[in-house]
Amino acid sequence: MSSSPLPNSPGSPGSPTPSGLSRAEAWRAPLESVLLPIGALLTALFIFGIFCAIAGANPFAVYASIYKAAFGGWSAWQNTLIRAAPLMLTALCTALPARLGLVIIGNEGALVMGGLGAMLVGLGLGTTLPPFAVQLAMGAAGMAAGGLWIMLAGALRHYRGVNETISSLLLNYIAIAFLNHLVEGPLRDSSFITKPSSAELNPANWLGTIPGTRIHFGLFYGLVVCVIAYILIQRTTFGFAARTTGGNIRAAKLAGLPVGKLTLAVCFLGGSAAGLAGMVEIAAVQKRINESLVSNYGYAGILVAFVSRHNPLATVLVAILLGGILASGGILQRSHNLPDATVLVFQGIVFLCVLYSDSLYGKLPWFRADAVSKATL
Amino acid sequence: MSESLGLLGIPLAILAGTLRGSAPFLFVSLGECITEKSGKINLGLEGTLLLGAMTAYGVSFLSQGAVGTFWAPWLGVVAAGLAGMVLGAIHGWLSQQPRVNDVATGIAMIIFGSGLAFFLGKPFIQPQAPQLFTFEWGAWSSSPQLQSALKVSPLFLIGVAIAPLLHWFFRATRWGLTVRAVGDSPQAALAMGISIFKVRMASIMAGSFLAGIGGACLSLYYPGVWTERISSGQGLMAVALVIFARWNPIQCLWASMLFGGAQALGPAFQSVGIDSYYYAFNAAPYILTLLIMVITCSPKQTLAGSPGALGKEN
Repeated sequence: MSSSPLPNSPGSPGSPTPSGLSRAEAWRAPLESVLLPIGALLTALFIFGIFCAIAGANPFAVYASIYKAAFGGWSAWQNTLIRAAPLMLTALCTALPARLGLVIIGNEGALVMGGLGAMLVGLGLGTTLPPFAVQLAMGAAGMAAGGLWIMLAGALRHYRGVNETISSLLLNYIAIAFLNHLVEGPLRDSSFITKPSSAELNPANWLGTIPGTRIHFGLFYGLVVCVIAYILIQRTTFGFAARTTGGNIRAAKLAGLPVGKLTLAVCFLGGSAAGLAGMVEIAAVQKRINESLVSNYGYAGILVAFVSRHNPLATVLVAILLGGILASGGILQRSHNLPDATVLVFQGIVFLCVLYSDSLYGKLPWFRADAVSKATL
Repeated sequence: MSESLGLLGIPLAILAGTLRGSAPFLFVSLGECITEKSGKINLGLEGTLLLGAMTAYGVSFLSQGAVGTFWAPWLGVVAAGLAGMVLGAIHGWLSQQPRVNDVATGIAMIIFGSGLAFFLGKPFIQPQAPQLFTFEWGAWSSSPQLQSALKVSPLFLIGVAIAPLLHWFFRATRWGLTVRAVGDSPQAALAMGISIFKVRMASIMAGSFLAGIGGACLSLYYPGVWTERISSGQGLMAVALVIFARWNPIQCLWASMLFGGAQALGPAFQSVGIDSYYYAFNAAPYILTLLIMVITCSPKQTLAGSPGALGKEN
């Protein structure tokens, strides 16, 4: 971030012409919104390196390990993508309401409620229906449960003026307590002694893997939902209404937009994405419901949403990046003797750097109108 | 043990839980109160609480050889406050940058603070650190439950003393007025020649100092251990609690005791053998917080006592 502005190259093709917008002019803003987060990520990597050095590890060896565990080869890529799938979905739980101007961080709770809803339906239906129909019902139940959970935060915001950030966070703890109550009591499978858990989902209803890989179909769900969310927000009147409300709520009300309905609908959609992540985790990874479902995908999803600037397509890329970082947690522990919380520290540093980079929009010399070209960056 | 008291054990256990469990709420809510009076929100106090708990425990454990088991925990308390201040400085600086939202910064600080606490606290999960002494106000009683219920921490008493002191500070001192002016009407404060940045920085750091001490209450008094789940959202509940207390330090005290009591419901019922709803009762403080916010908030107007600049752009 601290690098000095690049020298302007006078002969570059994108020189602004006095008559109007040149190509470089038109590309400046999008490029800025891509390069600033990348710069923030690099800065975060640098600060994280200092942190590792203080903790007694060689930062370059740590970088190499992260890269190798995350993206070094097909097996690493599979690990990364398995983790990226739920992240794409949980990120939408923050990203969609953010377009409406709400800061929702109930991702973990929505994931848990979605997992619970999916599990109850999956256990209830058993093998009475063909697996495809059961999975469909599980997905629908998960989305409904997660969606309603976050819609509650949206409703409290709209009808009672309750701060949605705090209420959605409290709902996380309530959802986790509810999960614990169910798996310790009514749902408990006493034949499974490792930890209090529900019965196992019938293997027929498990979410399969993409042939030839270990990657489950949840990745496919994540990609499709992110594309749908992008079209919904950027290309429909509904999305336009939501973005207008997020930009200026008073103007939206004056224009006659149904702010209340929009709030509820967008919160429901965000929550249902996280709920679907819960269904995916249950049907493809956990197979039983227990406390392992609470594995920080929700909190990491908040980070993904903020780094991708709440753009559902960028979410896919950032989720893969963060999935890789999560996948490298184990190797940091084994090879560098760093605690597993190292990954969490790194996430915190990334988050702080990305927030700081937000204050730099329009400030850095090479993104100002008088700068010429930054294609060489 | 508990059968001897029968159902009387429930209110007793709740009383005990109130005395023990309200201290962290009290410190964090007073800290958040100072912060919000200056017009900024610090959601990151959850992370501050965790880092404070870890620092207090670690320093107490490591320094016991050098300063003895009486002073080591007090050194831990001070260290916890200072660690909190460091996080507060980051929050104070970052949240005052243009276009940076203080709520988002708070979320980042939760992740960063808890990550740092778990990272540095890994070696301290096993060993037992020296704990703070307690006043044995139940020594007159022959009932062991009553004796353990009336073990009161000096930290709790310090917190109880800080509440009215803070109330007086905001009402009657020049500095208190300065903080309130910055929180209510930054433009007016600017016209008075006050540096908004410095006042908010100082308020956030002071608030984080108290929140760090709140963490020390957790790890050096009750429950008196260091684990990664020690705070479980108490830092966030304290933020809601300040809204409930209408930004009044004395009401923060009553609200903290209410929350401490609510938190003791699950263990209290378990202590008399009713444990089928243990986890459901554990959700009580969160549900209570939510209910309180639903009742006290209003979509139409800003709340009485709310600092004017709270939640506004820089």
